[in-house]
Amino acid sequence: MIETENLTKKFGDLTAVDAVTLRVEEGEVFGFLGPNGAGKTTTVRMLCCLISKTNGEARIAGYEVGNDADSLKIRKLIGLVPDNVGLYDALSAYDNLDFYGKLYDCTEAKRKENIQRYLTMLGLWEKKDVAVGTFSKGMKQKLSIACALIHDPQVLFMDEPTANLDPESSKTVRDFILELKKEKRTIFLNTHNLDEAQKICDKIAILNTKLMAMGTPEELERSVSGRKTVVQLVQMSDAVLVALRKLPLGDMAVDGNTLTVDVKDPDKENVAIMDAIYRAGGHVQSATVVGSTLEDAYLKLVRRENK
Amino acid sequence: MRLSKSWIIASKDFKTFLKKKNIIYSIFVVPFIVSFLFPIIIYYEQGKGGGGIPANELTVLLPAFTFFYLILAGLIPTTIASYSIIGEKVEKSFERLLATPTTDSEILLGKGISSFLPPIGAILGGATIFMVLMDLVTHDTLGYYFFPNWNAAAVLFLMVPLAAIMSVEWNVVISARVSDVRVAQQIGMLLILPFAGIYVSGELSLIQLGDISNLLIISGVLLAVDVLLLYVAKATFQREEILTKWK
Repeated sequence: MIETENLTKKFGDLTAVDAVTLRVEEGEVFGFLGPNGAGKTTTVRMLCCLISKTNGEARIAGYEVGNDADSLKIRKLIGLVPDNVGLYDALSAYDNLDFYGKLYDCTEAKRKENIQRYLTMLGLWEKKDVAVGTFSKGMKQKLSIACALIHDPQVLFMDEPTANLDPESSKTVRDFILELKKEKRTIFLNTHNLDEAQKICDKIAILNTKLMAMGTPEELERSVSGRKTVVQLVQMSDAVLVALRKLPLGDMAVDGNTLTVDVKDPDKENVAIMDAIYRAGGHVQSATVVGSTLEDAYLKLVRRENK
Repeated sequence: MRLSKSWIIASKDFKTFLKKKNIIYSIFVVPFIVSFLFPIIIYYEQGKGGGGIPANELTVLLPAFTFFYLILAGLIPTTIASYSIIGEKVEKSFERLLATPTTDSEILLGKGISSFLPPIGAILGGATIFMVLMDLVTHDTLGYYFFPNWNAAAVLFLMVPLAAIMSVEWNVVISARVSDVRVAQQIGMLLILPFAGIYVSGELSLIQLGDISNLLIISGVLLAVDVLLLYVAKATFQREEILTKWK
């Protein structure tokens, strides 16, 4: 449904997006992760035909991004939830939706049906005639999503849809995205929220101007980082640290009396770790092997790139 | 270019204007005050001793008064265009609007229609009141109804629309540089200076505003500036420019 090949955007000398190649299948929820300034919004803007690409190729449902004749067709089959809600505060929720429905050439009957459907799904039907300016942030965000869906787009681009929302509103939005997933819509989700990405995305890409990694959340966890051994000592000492540093281990972090070590093969490495601690005069209170999380993978990739 | 798309955008703006009293006041108050004020001034002048303003002075004064509507045509649309265009910036709604299947020209035209029609309606409505009242208060002195006449028609139906279009285009250019409605309005008001200059010149009889050929020359200049500003406005109102370069 969405394909890019070496998609690049430069603003003067600054490269905002560098040769990004990705593929999003129909009905997939695709998470696009990356730090601020990584180029996530710029990528979405290119794909939505809002800004031009500098190099590379991109196609949505077979239409060529950057081809003037295809731009209107692409914009007709996509919906965009921008990072700013971008609603008209003086108008009611109904009027906001009706306006966008008209711009997408929806018939009056379809507009009425979809306005009622989405406002009801998002718990806003009772407020349909209320000026949006009086809405809470969460309500505005829900309405923003409804505006992007009013024409039943095949592809939905969402830029940080849960940013700045309270936990309850975030959950409502996440649940709603899962509802859309059941309807087999293709969703391209820009997010900072790793937990959210892990919960709802089928595939995730990590961007830091360049594409750092792409795969299912499980694949990323496994491929980018191994497992961790967390050792709780009675008392941390320099001798223990010196002994451990002599071992060929992964990254090691010390927090008080807690030691966290990246391990590739816990069965072998943990024996060596325990032995080194014991020989250095340390006493182990507890030891646990934990799997790495998407957050570990993300941080490792982004930090590696920043170095 | 699909006019229906532009009309949808303009209709949305009209709905927004109706919810904002300050915009309604900006559109209607000044034209209607002016429309009553000038006839009242003439009425009181005529009532004074010595026969009031002589007929030959009235025939100079009345076209100059009519010209005041040209100043309003430069002034009022800029107020509305500021709300219409910078309002989208303030509400951060441009990105969503630009993501819809509409072209830049359709959006620009929609914004133009919403900034042009209400002020033109108010100005022409006010001018109609002005002409009727003026005829009532000057008929005894002149011995005929001064309005309507070709000069007034040229001012109201040719120069006023051209000035209003210029005002809208000027505001599109300003909108790329500022992000505050009031600042845009203040800069936009600079546009009335040349019109005010023509008005004052008419009042001082430096330009014969009662001469139709002078009006056509001024109209030609306005048209040329409109065409030039249209190119600048179109170049400014590009979706990539709006999203990446507009302040």
